[in-house]
Amino acid sequence: MKTIIAEHLIKTYDKGAVRALDDLSLDVTEGTVLSVLGPNGAGKTTTVRILATLLKPDSGNAQVAGIDVIKHPDKVRELIGLSGQYAAVDETLTGWDNLVMFGRLYHLGKQQSINRANELLERFSLTESARRPIKTYSGGMRRRLDLAASLIVQPKVLFLDEPTTGLDPRGRMEMWGVIEELVKGGVTLLLTTQYLEEADQLADEIAVIDRGIVIARGTSDLLKRQVGGERLEVTVENHQLAETTQIIEKISGQSAQIDAALRKISAPVSTGSTALIEALRALDEVGIHPLDIGLKRPSLDDVFLSLTGHVAEEAVAEPVKKKRRAKK
Amino acid sequence: MKYVLSDSFVITKRQILQLARIPELLIFSTIQPVMFVLLFRFVFGGSISTDQPGGYVQLLMPGIFVQTVAFTLAATASGLAEDMKKGLIDRFRSLPISRGALVIGRTFGDALLNILVLVVMAIAGVAVGWRPTSGFMRISLGFLFLFAFGYALSWIGIYVGLVVQDARVVQNVGFLVTFPMTFLSNAFAPTTGMPKALQYVAEWNPVSSMVAACRQLFGLKNKFGATATSWPSQHPLATSLLYMIVLMAIFVPLSIRKYANTSS
Repeated sequence: MKTIIAEHLIKTYDKGAVRALDDLSLDVTEGTVLSVLGPNGAGKTTTVRILATLLKPDSGNAQVAGIDVIKHPDKVRELIGLSGQYAAVDETLTGWDNLVMFGRLYHLGKQQSINRANELLERFSLTESARRPIKTYSGGMRRRLDLAASLIVQPKVLFLDEPTTGLDPRGRMEMWGVIEELVKGGVTLLLTTQYLEEADQLADEIAVIDRGIVIARGTSDLLKRQVGGERLEVTVENHQLAETTQIIEKISGQSAQIDAALRKISAPVSTGSTALIEALRALDEVGIHPLDIGLKRPSLDDVFLSLTGHVAEEAVAEPVKKKRRAKK
Repeated sequence: MKYVLSDSFVITKRQILQLARIPELLIFSTIQPVMFVLLFRFVFGGSISTDQPGGYVQLLMPGIFVQTVAFTLAATASGLAEDMKKGLIDRFRSLPISRGALVIGRTFGDALLNILVLVVMAIAGVAVGWRPTSGFMRISLGFLFLFAFGYALSWIGIYVGLVVQDARVVQNVGFLVTFPMTFLSNAFAPTTGMPKALQYVAEWNPVSSMVAACRQLFGLKNKFGATATSWPSQHPLATSLLYMIVLMAIFVPLSIRKYANTSS
Protein backbone atom coordinates (compact mmCIF):
# COMPACT_ATOMS: atom_id res chain seq x y z
CA MET A 1 0.00 0.00 0.00
CA LYS A 2 1.23 3.47 -0.84
CA THR A 3 1.07 5.80 2.14
CA ILE A 4 2.40 8.87 0.37
CA ILE A 5 1.44 9.65 -3.20
CA ALA A 6 2.36 12.75 -5.18
CA GLU A 7 1.19 12.99 -8.76
CA HIS A 8 2.26 15.54 -11.34
CA LEU A 9 2.96 18.29 -8.83
CA ILE A 10 3.67 21.66 -10.36
CA LYS A 11 4.59 24.68 -8.29
CA THR A 12 5.89 27.98 -9.59
CA TYR A 13 6.98 31.09 -7.76
CA ASP A 14 7.15 34.68 -8.87
CA LYS A 15 4.36 34.32 -11.38
CA GLY A 16 5.88 31.38 -13.14
CA ALA A 17 9.41 32.75 -13.35
CA VAL A 18 10.73 30.06 -11.02
CA ARG A 19 9.52 26.52 -11.57
CA ALA A 20 10.18 24.85 -8.25
CA LEU A 21 8.33 21.66 -9.13
CA ASP A 22 7.95 20.65 -12.72
CA ASP A 23 5.61 17.66 -12.90
CA LEU A 24 7.01 15.82 -9.92
CA SER A 25 5.58 12.42 -8.99
CA LEU A 26 6.61 10.03 -6.28
CA ASP A 27 5.19 7.56 -3.82
CA VAL A 28 6.22 5.82 -0.63
CA THR A 29 5.13 2.34 0.40
CA GLU A 30 3.71 1.95 3.90
CA GLY A 31 6.37 1.41 6.53
CA THR A 32 9.33 2.19 4.26
CA VAL A 33 11.75 5.06 3.92
CA LEU A 34 12.07 7.11 0.76
CA SER A 35 14.93 9.51 0.54
CA VAL A 36 14.52 12.45 -1.79
CA LEU A 37 18.02 13.32 -2.85
CA GLY A 38 18.96 16.50 -4.63
CA PRO A 39 20.99 19.70 -4.47
CA ASN A 40 19.77 23.02 -3.08
CA GLY A 41 16.94 24.37 -5.15
CA ALA A 42 15.99 21.02 -6.66
CA GLY A 43 12.52 21.23 -5.09
CA LYS A 44 13.00 19.02 -2.03
CA THR A 45 11.62 21.47 0.49
CA THR A 46 8.77 22.48 -1.79
CA THR A 47 7.76 18.82 -2.14
CA VAL A 48 7.79 18.31 1.63
CA ARG A 49 5.85 21.52 2.24
CA ILE A 50 3.14 20.48 -0.18
CA LEU A 51 2.84 16.99 1.30
CA ALA A 52 2.79 18.44 4.82
CA THR A 53 -0.10 20.83 3.91
CA LEU A 54 2.00 24.00 4.22
CA LEU A 55 1.88 24.86 0.55
CA LYS A 56 -0.63 24.34 -2.22
CA PRO A 57 0.65 23.18 -5.60
CA ASP A 58 -0.39 25.03 -8.74
CA SER A 59 -1.63 21.70 -10.05
CA GLY A 60 -1.33 18.01 -9.33
CA ASN A 61 -2.55 15.68 -6.61
CA ALA A 62 -1.16 14.52 -3.33
CA GLN A 63 -2.38 11.99 -0.82
CA VAL A 64 -1.13 11.04 2.60
CA ALA A 65 -2.56 7.87 4.18
CA GLY A 66 -5.33 7.91 1.61
CA ILE A 67 -6.40 11.47 2.42
CA ASP A 68 -6.26 14.26 -0.14
CA VAL A 69 -3.71 16.79 1.09
CA ILE A 70 -5.21 19.71 -0.78
CA LYS A 71 -8.86 19.05 0.06
CA HIS A 72 -8.52 17.90 3.66
CA PRO A 73 -5.36 19.44 5.12
CA ASP A 74 -6.79 19.34 8.65
CA LYS A 75 -7.21 15.58 8.58
CA VAL A 76 -3.72 15.12 7.19
CA ARG A 77 -2.24 17.30 9.94
CA GLU A 78 -3.57 14.91 12.56
CA LEU A 79 -1.56 12.05 11.05
CA ILE A 80 1.77 13.56 10.15
CA GLY A 81 4.89 14.76 11.86
CA LEU A 82 7.17 17.33 10.25
CA SER A 83 10.68 18.33 11.13
CA GLY A 84 12.28 20.95 8.95
CA GLN A 85 15.68 22.25 7.99
CA TYR A 86 15.53 24.80 10.73
CA ALA A 87 14.68 23.69 14.20
CA ALA A 88 11.11 24.97 14.40
CA VAL A 89 10.86 25.41 18.12
CA ASP A 90 10.62 28.41 20.41
CA GLU A 91 14.21 29.25 21.27
CA THR A 92 13.48 31.29 24.35
CA LEU A 93 11.52 28.50 25.96
CA THR A 94 12.98 25.35 27.46
CA GLY A 95 12.82 21.99 25.70
CA TRP A 96 10.21 20.89 28.18
CA ASP A 97 8.10 24.04 27.67
CA ASN A 98 8.15 23.46 23.93
CA LEU A 99 7.09 19.83 24.04
CA VAL A 100 4.31 20.47 26.53
CA MET A 101 3.08 23.38 24.42
CA PHE A 102 3.00 21.29 21.27
CA GLY A 103 1.26 18.50 23.18
CA ARG A 104 -1.46 20.96 24.18
CA LEU A 105 -1.77 22.12 20.59
CA TYR A 106 -2.29 18.50 19.54
CA HIS A 107 -5.12 18.62 22.10
CA LEU A 108 -3.63 16.16 24.51
CA GLY A 109 -4.76 16.88 28.06
CA LYS A 110 -2.44 18.75 30.40
CA GLN A 111 -1.18 15.68 32.25
CA GLN A 112 -0.88 13.69 29.06
CA SER A 113 1.13 16.49 27.43
CA ILE A 114 3.50 16.54 30.38
CA ASN A 115 3.91 12.76 30.38
CA ARG A 116 4.55 12.68 26.67
CA ALA A 117 7.09 15.50 26.93
CA ASN A 118 8.99 13.63 29.65
CA GLU A 119 8.91 10.41 27.63
CA LEU A 120 10.26 12.05 24.50
CA LEU A 121 12.97 13.97 26.35
CA GLU A 122 14.09 10.72 27.90
CA ARG A 123 14.05 8.90 24.58
CA PHE A 124 16.14 11.55 22.84
CA SER A 125 18.60 11.87 25.75
CA LEU A 126 17.53 15.43 26.46
CA THR A 127 16.28 14.97 30.01
CA GLU A 128 19.28 16.73 31.51
CA SER A 129 18.77 19.80 29.32
CA ALA A 130 14.98 19.75 29.57
CA ARG A 131 14.83 22.84 31.77
CA ARG A 132 17.27 24.92 29.76
CA PRO A 133 16.23 27.36 27.03
CA ILE A 134 16.68 25.91 23.54
CA LYS A 135 19.05 28.70 22.59
CA THR A 136 21.64 27.11 24.85
CA TYR A 137 21.35 23.77 22.97
CA SER A 138 23.88 22.50 20.45
CA GLY A 139 22.79 22.08 16.83
CA GLY A 140 22.35 18.35 17.29
CA MET A 141 20.26 18.78 20.43
CA ARG A 142 18.01 21.30 18.69
CA ARG A 143 17.36 18.91 15.84
CA ARG A 144 16.61 16.10 18.25
CA LEU A 145 14.18 18.29 20.13
CA ASP A 146 12.60 19.35 16.86
CA LEU A 147 12.24 15.72 15.88
CA ALA A 148 10.75 14.94 19.29
CA ALA A 149 8.19 17.70 18.72
CA SER A 150 7.13 16.06 15.48
CA LEU A 151 6.58 12.74 17.26
CA ILE A 152 4.21 13.87 19.97
CA VAL A 153 1.17 12.06 18.61
CA GLN A 154 3.12 9.12 17.17
CA PRO A 155 2.50 10.05 13.57
CA LYS A 156 1.93 7.37 10.95
CA VAL A 157 3.78 9.45 8.42
CA LEU A 158 6.87 11.48 9.07
CA PHE A 159 8.52 14.12 6.91
CA LEU A 160 12.10 15.05 7.66
CA ASP A 161 13.48 17.88 5.58
CA GLU A 162 17.28 17.74 5.59
CA PRO A 163 17.45 16.55 9.18
CA THR A 164 21.24 16.65 9.35
CA THR A 165 22.14 19.66 7.21
CA GLY A 166 24.48 21.88 9.18
CA LEU A 167 25.26 19.30 11.85
CA ASP A 168 28.78 18.27 12.69
CA PRO A 169 29.72 14.63 12.04
CA ARG A 170 28.92 13.60 15.57
CA GLY A 171 25.52 15.27 15.50
CA ARG A 172 24.86 13.60 12.18
CA MET A 173 25.69 10.14 13.52
CA GLU A 174 23.45 10.71 16.54
CA MET A 175 20.62 11.84 14.31
CA TRP A 176 20.99 8.82 12.08
CA GLY A 177 20.80 6.56 15.12
CA VAL A 178 17.61 8.27 16.24
CA ILE A 179 16.03 8.03 12.79
CA GLU A 180 16.95 4.35 12.45
CA GLU A 181 15.20 3.68 15.75
CA LEU A 182 12.09 5.41 14.47
CA VAL A 183 12.04 3.43 11.28
CA LYS A 184 12.13 0.21 13.25
CA GLY A 185 8.94 1.40 14.91
CA GLY A 186 7.18 1.15 11.56
CA VAL A 187 6.68 4.77 10.60
CA THR A 188 6.46 5.70 6.92
CA LEU A 189 9.23 8.20 6.33
CA LEU A 190 10.00 10.67 3.61
CA LEU A 191 13.40 12.18 4.14
CA THR A 192 15.15 14.77 2.03
CA THR A 193 18.88 15.11 1.93
CA GLN A 194 21.78 16.50 -0.04
CA TYR A 195 24.01 13.62 0.99
CA LEU A 196 24.11 10.36 -0.90
CA GLU A 197 25.73 8.79 2.13
CA GLU A 198 22.74 9.70 4.26
CA ALA A 199 20.25 8.34 1.77
CA ASP A 200 22.36 5.23 1.56
CA GLN A 201 22.34 4.75 5.30
CA LEU A 202 18.68 5.39 5.99
CA ALA A 203 16.54 4.82 2.92
CA ASP A 204 14.91 1.77 1.38
CA GLU A 205 14.55 3.67 -1.82
CA ILE A 206 15.99 6.86 -3.25
CA ALA A 207 14.40 9.38 -5.58
CA VAL A 208 16.92 11.74 -7.14
CA ILE A 209 15.39 15.07 -8.05
CA ASP A 210 16.73 17.97 -10.05
CA ARG A 211 15.00 21.14 -11.19
CA GLY A 212 11.66 20.00 -9.83
CA ILE A 213 11.44 16.57 -11.35
CA VAL A 214 12.41 13.02 -10.35
CA ILE A 215 15.26 12.02 -12.62
CA ALA A 216 16.07 8.64 -11.15
CA ARG A 217 14.58 6.29 -8.70
CA GLY A 218 15.60 3.02 -7.10
CA THR A 219 17.58 1.42 -4.34
CA SER A 220 20.93 2.88 -3.47
CA ASP A 221 22.75 -0.05 -5.12
CA LEU A 222 20.87 0.47 -8.33
CA LEU A 223 21.71 4.16 -8.41
CA LYS A 224 25.33 3.54 -7.65
CA ARG A 225 25.53 1.03 -10.45
CA GLN A 226 24.08 3.69 -12.73
CA VAL A 227 26.72 6.10 -11.57
CA GLY A 228 29.39 3.49 -12.14
CA GLY A 229 30.42 2.69 -8.62
CA GLU A 230 33.87 3.61 -7.41
CA ARG A 231 36.31 5.78 -9.33
CA LEU A 232 40.04 5.77 -9.34
CA GLU A 233 41.47 9.28 -9.00
CA VAL A 234 45.09 10.23 -9.60
CA THR A 235 46.79 13.61 -9.36
CA VAL A 236 50.14 13.97 -11.14
CA GLU A 237 52.49 16.63 -12.50
CA ASN A 238 51.45 18.39 -15.67
CA HIS A 239 53.88 16.68 -18.02
CA GLN A 240 52.76 13.28 -16.79
CA LEU A 241 49.08 13.80 -17.55
CA ALA A 242 48.98 12.13 -20.97
CA GLU A 243 50.95 9.06 -19.99
CA THR A 244 49.03 8.60 -16.76
CA THR A 245 45.72 8.89 -18.57
CA GLN A 246 46.69 6.03 -20.83
CA ILE A 247 47.60 3.80 -17.91
CA ILE A 248 44.42 4.61 -15.99
CA GLU A 249 42.19 4.05 -18.99
CA LYS A 250 43.81 0.69 -19.53
CA ILE A 251 43.06 -0.40 -15.97
CA SER A 252 39.56 1.02 -16.03
CA GLY A 253 38.65 -0.18 -19.47
CA GLN A 254 36.68 3.06 -19.88
CA SER A 255 37.56 6.57 -20.90
CA ALA A 256 38.93 8.77 -18.15
CA GLN A 257 37.93 12.28 -17.17
CA ILE A 258 40.76 14.74 -17.06
CA ASP A 259 40.74 17.91 -15.02
CA ALA A 260 43.77 19.71 -16.40
CA ALA A 261 43.54 22.58 -13.94
CA LEU A 262 43.74 20.27 -10.94
CA ARG A 263 45.97 17.81 -12.87
CA LYS A 264 43.51 15.12 -11.84
CA ILE A 265 42.52 12.05 -13.83
CA SER A 266 39.62 9.87 -12.83
CA ALA A 267 37.96 6.79 -14.25
CA PRO A 268 35.41 4.25 -13.06
CA VAL A 269 36.75 0.97 -11.73
CA SER A 270 34.97 -2.16 -10.60
CA THR A 271 37.74 -4.06 -8.82
CA GLY A 272 38.20 -1.73 -5.87
CA SER A 273 41.61 -1.82 -4.16
CA THR A 274 42.97 -4.27 -6.73
CA ALA A 275 42.67 -1.53 -9.35
CA LEU A 276 44.44 0.85 -7.00
CA ILE A 277 47.39 -1.50 -6.56
CA GLU A 278 47.54 -2.19 -10.29
CA ALA A 279 47.61 1.49 -11.04
CA LEU A 280 50.38 2.19 -8.53
CA ARG A 281 52.51 -0.59 -9.96
CA ALA A 282 51.98 0.46 -13.56
CA LEU A 283 52.78 4.09 -12.73
CA ASP A 284 55.85 3.10 -10.73
CA GLU A 285 57.17 1.08 -13.69
CA VAL A 286 57.23 4.21 -15.86
CA GLY A 287 58.65 6.29 -13.05
CA ILE A 288 55.54 8.32 -12.22
CA HIS A 289 54.91 8.94 -8.54
CA PRO A 290 51.48 10.45 -8.18
CA LEU A 291 50.92 13.42 -5.86
CA ASP A 292 47.70 11.83 -4.79
CA ILE A 293 45.91 8.63 -5.63
CA GLY A 294 42.81 7.01 -4.25
CA LEU A 295 39.47 5.35 -4.67
CA LYS A 296 36.50 7.69 -4.50
CA ARG A 297 33.01 6.50 -3.74
CA PRO A 298 30.36 8.15 -5.87
CA SER A 299 29.22 11.45 -4.44
CA LEU A 300 26.02 13.30 -5.10
CA ASP A 301 27.95 15.27 -7.69
CA ASP A 302 28.80 12.07 -9.49
CA VAL A 303 25.20 10.92 -9.40
CA PHE A 304 24.21 14.21 -10.87
CA LEU A 305 26.84 14.33 -13.46
CA SER A 306 25.98 10.85 -14.54
CA LEU A 307 22.21 11.35 -14.54
CA THR A 308 21.87 14.86 -15.86
CA GLY A 309 25.12 15.66 -17.53
CA HIS A 310 25.46 18.77 -15.39
CA VAL A 311 26.98 19.38 -12.01
CA ALA A 312 24.62 19.96 -9.09
CA GLU A 313 24.13 23.70 -8.93
CA GLU A 314 23.56 25.90 -5.97
CA ALA A 315 22.39 28.74 -8.17
CA VAL A 316 18.73 27.75 -8.39
CA ALA A 317 18.37 28.20 -4.65
CA GLU A 318 14.85 28.27 -3.33
CA PRO A 319 14.14 31.80 -2.17
CA VAL A 320 12.76 31.17 1.28
CA LYS A 321 11.30 34.60 1.78
CA LYS A 322 9.66 34.83 -1.59
CA LYS A 323 8.20 31.43 -1.08
CA ARG A 324 6.40 32.59 1.99
CA ARG A 325 4.97 35.51 0.15
CA ALA A 326 3.60 33.36 -2.61
CA LYS A 327 -0.12 33.29 -2.16
CA LYS A 328 -1.67 30.24 -3.69
CA MET B 1 -13.53 25.26 15.74
CA LYS B 2 -14.21 24.18 19.29
CA TYR B 3 -10.53 24.55 20.07
CA VAL B 4 -10.12 28.16 18.89
CA LEU B 5 -10.02 29.60 22.39
CA SER B 6 -8.05 26.84 24.09
CA ASP B 7 -5.47 26.80 21.27
CA SER B 8 -5.20 30.58 21.48
CA PHE B 9 -4.64 30.38 25.23
CA VAL B 10 -1.79 27.91 24.70
CA ILE B 11 -0.16 30.46 22.41
CA THR B 12 -0.78 33.24 24.95
CA LYS B 13 0.74 31.10 27.65
CA ARG B 14 3.79 30.69 25.46
CA GLN B 15 4.19 34.46 25.40
CA ILE B 16 3.91 34.66 29.17
CA LEU B 17 6.52 31.92 29.50
CA GLN B 18 8.80 33.88 27.17
CA LEU B 19 8.50 36.89 29.47
CA ALA B 20 9.28 34.67 32.43
CA ARG B 21 12.37 33.28 30.65
CA ILE B 22 13.57 36.70 29.53
CA PRO B 23 12.57 39.04 32.34
CA GLU B 24 14.54 41.86 30.67
CA LEU B 25 11.77 42.01 28.06
CA LEU B 26 9.20 42.72 30.71
CA ILE B 27 11.40 45.22 32.52
CA PHE B 28 12.19 47.24 29.42
CA SER B 29 8.68 47.21 28.05
CA THR B 30 7.55 48.83 31.30
CA ILE B 31 10.54 51.15 31.76
CA GLN B 32 10.00 52.82 28.41
CA PRO B 33 6.52 54.22 29.10
CA VAL B 34 7.60 55.29 32.57
CA MET B 35 10.52 57.12 30.98
CA PHE B 36 8.09 58.91 28.66
CA VAL B 37 5.97 59.98 31.62
CA LEU B 38 8.99 61.44 33.38
CA LEU B 39 10.45 63.10 30.27
CA PHE B 40 7.25 64.77 29.15
CA ARG B 41 6.24 65.74 32.64
CA PHE B 42 9.53 67.41 33.51
CA VAL B 43 10.87 68.51 30.09
CA PHE B 44 7.74 69.84 28.39
CA GLY B 45 5.59 70.24 31.49
CA GLY B 46 7.45 73.37 32.51
CA SER B 47 7.22 75.16 29.19
CA ILE B 48 3.70 74.32 28.08
CA SER B 49 1.48 76.77 29.88
CA THR B 50 -2.05 75.72 30.64
CA ASP B 51 -4.85 76.96 32.83
CA GLN B 52 -5.68 73.36 33.61
CA PRO B 53 -6.14 72.93 37.35
CA GLY B 54 -3.49 70.48 38.51
CA GLY B 55 -1.21 71.47 35.67
CA TYR B 56 -0.04 69.99 32.38
CA VAL B 57 0.39 66.52 33.84
CA GLN B 58 -3.42 66.12 33.96
CA LEU B 59 -3.59 66.66 30.19
CA LEU B 60 -0.39 64.76 29.54
CA MET B 61 -1.23 61.43 31.18
CA PRO B 62 -4.18 60.51 28.91
CA GLY B 63 -1.93 61.39 25.96
CA ILE B 64 0.88 59.15 27.14
CA PHE B 65 -1.50 56.34 27.97
CA VAL B 66 -2.88 56.42 24.44
CA GLN B 67 0.57 56.69 22.89
CA THR B 68 1.78 53.69 24.84
CA VAL B 69 -1.12 51.45 23.92
CA ALA B 70 -0.72 52.61 20.31
CA PHE B 71 2.81 51.20 20.38
CA THR B 72 1.20 47.77 20.84
CA LEU B 73 0.85 47.84 17.08
CA ALA B 74 4.61 47.69 16.62
CA ALA B 75 5.12 45.18 19.42
CA THR B 76 2.55 42.77 18.01
CA ALA B 77 3.87 43.15 14.49
CA SER B 78 7.49 42.52 15.36
CA GLY B 79 6.66 39.63 17.69
CA LEU B 80 4.74 37.90 14.93
CA ALA B 81 7.36 38.67 12.29
CA GLU B 82 9.97 37.14 14.57
CA ASP B 83 8.00 33.89 14.65
CA MET B 84 7.57 33.89 10.89
CA LYS B 85 11.31 34.27 10.43
CA LYS B 86 12.24 31.34 12.60
CA GLY B 87 10.25 28.77 10.68
CA LEU B 88 8.32 28.17 13.88
CA ILE B 89 5.25 29.19 11.96
CA ASP B 90 5.62 26.10 9.76
CA ARG B 91 5.47 23.88 12.79
CA PHE B 92 2.36 25.63 14.07
CA ARG B 93 0.74 25.37 10.68
CA SER B 94 1.50 21.67 10.40
CA LEU B 95 -0.34 21.03 13.67
CA PRO B 96 -4.05 20.30 13.71
CA ILE B 97 -4.76 23.59 15.50
CA SER B 98 -7.58 25.93 14.65
CA ARG B 99 -7.05 28.59 12.07
CA GLY B 100 -6.17 31.88 13.61
CA ALA B 101 -5.23 30.55 17.05
CA LEU B 102 -1.65 31.67 16.60
CA VAL B 103 -2.56 35.27 15.83
CA ILE B 104 -5.48 35.44 18.26
CA GLY B 105 -3.25 34.06 21.01
CA ARG B 106 -0.66 36.73 20.30
CA THR B 107 -3.20 39.56 20.52
CA PHE B 108 -4.29 38.16 23.91
CA GLY B 109 -0.70 38.06 25.08
CA ASP B 110 -0.02 41.63 24.04
CA ALA B 111 -3.27 42.72 25.68
CA LEU B 112 -2.18 41.13 28.96
CA LEU B 113 1.13 42.93 28.72
CA ASN B 114 -0.78 46.18 28.14
CA ILE B 115 -2.69 45.73 31.39
CA LEU B 116 0.56 45.50 33.26
CA VAL B 117 2.06 48.47 31.44
CA LEU B 118 -1.02 50.61 32.11
CA VAL B 119 -0.89 49.78 35.80
CA VAL B 120 2.79 50.68 36.04
CA MET B 121 2.22 53.92 34.15
CA ALA B 122 -0.74 54.89 36.28
CA ILE B 123 1.41 54.48 39.37
CA ALA B 124 4.18 56.55 37.79
CA GLY B 125 1.59 59.17 36.81
CA VAL B 126 0.22 59.45 40.30
CA ALA B 127 3.78 59.75 41.58
CA VAL B 128 4.37 62.81 39.38
CA GLY B 129 1.12 64.52 40.25
CA TRP B 130 -1.59 63.02 38.06
CA ARG B 131 -4.92 63.15 39.91
CA PRO B 132 -7.96 62.00 37.95
CA THR B 133 -11.08 63.48 39.52
CA SER B 134 -13.97 61.62 37.91
CA GLY B 135 -14.46 58.79 40.39
CA PHE B 136 -13.73 55.10 40.29
CA MET B 137 -16.29 54.04 37.69
CA ARG B 138 -15.33 56.59 35.05
CA ILE B 139 -11.63 56.13 35.62
CA SER B 140 -12.06 52.37 35.19
CA LEU B 141 -14.04 52.98 32.02
CA GLY B 142 -11.16 55.15 30.79
CA PHE B 143 -8.72 52.31 31.29
CA LEU B 144 -11.11 49.90 29.63
CA PHE B 145 -11.13 52.23 26.62
CA LEU B 146 -7.33 52.31 26.58
CA PHE B 147 -7.15 48.55 26.83
CA ALA B 148 -9.64 48.09 24.00
CA PHE B 149 -7.83 50.60 21.80
CA GLY B 150 -4.55 48.74 22.28
CA TYR B 151 -6.28 45.49 21.44
CA ALA B 152 -7.80 46.91 18.25
CA LEU B 153 -4.44 48.29 17.13
CA SER B 154 -2.71 45.02 17.81
CA TRP B 155 -4.81 43.55 14.97
CA ILE B 156 -3.30 46.11 12.62
CA GLY B 157 0.02 44.94 14.01
CA ILE B 158 -0.85 41.33 13.11
CA TYR B 159 -1.57 42.37 9.57
CA VAL B 160 1.63 44.41 9.29
CA GLY B 161 3.63 41.51 10.74
CA LEU B 162 2.15 39.05 8.24
CA VAL B 163 2.66 41.33 5.27
CA VAL B 164 6.16 42.58 6.05
CA GLN B 165 7.55 39.43 7.75
CA ASP B 166 10.97 40.88 8.45
CA ALA B 167 11.29 41.77 12.11
CA ARG B 168 13.69 44.68 11.50
CA VAL B 169 11.58 46.19 8.73
CA VAL B 170 8.49 45.68 10.87
CA GLN B 171 10.07 47.74 13.65
CA ASN B 172 10.53 50.62 11.22
CA VAL B 173 7.07 50.32 9.73
CA GLY B 174 5.63 50.21 13.24
CA PHE B 175 7.34 53.44 14.20
CA LEU B 176 6.50 55.02 10.87
CA VAL B 177 2.82 54.41 11.61
CA THR B 178 2.71 55.09 15.33
CA PHE B 179 4.91 58.16 15.58
CA PRO B 180 2.96 60.48 13.27
CA MET B 181 -0.23 58.97 14.59
CA THR B 182 0.58 59.85 18.17
CA PHE B 183 2.27 63.20 17.58
CA LEU B 184 -0.12 64.52 14.95
CA SER B 185 -2.78 64.66 17.61
CA ASN B 186 -3.86 66.50 20.70
CA ALA B 187 -1.87 64.10 22.90
CA PHE B 188 1.00 66.35 23.96
CA ALA B 189 0.20 69.83 22.74
CA PRO B 190 -2.99 71.68 21.75
CA THR B 191 -3.69 71.32 18.05
CA THR B 192 -4.25 75.08 17.76
CA GLY B 193 -0.53 75.54 17.21
CA MET B 194 -0.59 73.48 14.02
CA PRO B 195 -1.20 74.74 10.48
CA LYS B 196 -4.92 74.72 9.78
CA ALA B 197 -4.84 71.75 7.42
CA LEU B 198 -3.02 69.63 9.98
CA GLN B 199 -5.54 70.64 12.61
CA TYR B 200 -8.21 68.83 10.62
CA VAL B 201 -6.01 65.76 10.26
CA ALA B 202 -5.29 65.80 13.97
CA GLU B 203 -8.95 66.19 14.81
CA TRP B 204 -9.93 63.10 12.83
CA ASN B 205 -6.95 61.11 14.04
CA PRO B 206 -8.19 58.18 16.17
CA VAL B 207 -5.48 58.98 18.70
CA SER B 208 -6.97 62.44 19.23
CA SER B 209 -10.41 61.00 19.76
CA MET B 210 -9.00 58.49 22.20
CA VAL B 211 -7.05 61.15 24.11
CA ALA B 212 -10.09 63.39 24.21
CA ALA B 213 -12.26 60.48 25.36
CA CYS B 214 -9.82 59.60 28.13
CA ARG B 215 -9.54 63.21 29.26
CA GLN B 216 -13.29 63.33 29.46
CA LEU B 217 -13.44 60.07 31.39
CA PHE B 218 -10.73 61.21 33.77
CA GLY B 219 -12.70 64.37 34.52
CA LEU B 220 -11.07 67.01 32.29
CA LYS B 221 -12.59 69.52 29.95
CA ASN B 222 -11.47 69.31 26.36
CA LYS B 223 -10.31 72.43 24.62
CA PHE B 224 -10.42 72.42 20.87
CA GLY B 225 -8.87 74.39 18.05
CA ALA B 226 -10.15 75.50 14.69
CA THR B 227 -12.16 72.33 14.23
CA ALA B 228 -14.00 72.47 17.51
CA THR B 229 -17.35 72.01 15.85
CA SER B 230 -16.37 68.80 14.07
CA TRP B 231 -18.15 65.61 15.02
CA PRO B 232 -15.13 63.81 16.53
CA SER B 233 -14.42 66.85 18.70
CA GLN B 234 -17.96 66.95 19.94
CA HIS B 235 -18.30 63.19 20.52
CA PRO B 236 -14.89 61.76 21.39
CA LEU B 237 -16.27 58.71 23.22
CA ALA B 238 -18.54 57.64 20.40
CA THR B 239 -15.86 58.39 17.79
CA SER B 240 -13.26 56.31 19.61
CA LEU B 241 -15.64 53.42 19.98
CA LEU B 242 -16.53 53.66 16.32
CA TYR B 243 -12.88 53.72 15.27
CA MET B 244 -12.17 50.61 17.32
CA ILE B 245 -15.14 48.74 15.88
CA VAL B 246 -14.23 49.71 12.33
CA LEU B 247 -10.56 48.78 12.79
CA MET B 248 -11.46 45.39 14.22
CA ALA B 249 -14.09 44.77 11.56
CA ILE B 250 -11.48 45.37 8.89
CA PHE B 251 -8.32 43.88 10.34
CA VAL B 252 -9.52 40.79 12.21
CA PRO B 253 -10.91 39.02 9.12
CA LEU B 254 -8.18 40.45 6.92
CA SER B 255 -5.43 39.19 9.22
CA ILE B 256 -6.93 35.76 9.76
CA ARG B 257 -7.35 35.30 6.03
CA LYS B 258 -3.84 36.56 5.40
CA TYR B 259 -2.48 34.14 7.99
CA ALA B 260 -4.36 31.21 6.48
CA ASN B 261 -2.97 32.05 3.06
CA THR B 262 0.56 32.91 4.08
CA SER B 263 3.05 30.43 2.70
CA SER B 264 0.37 28.15 1.37
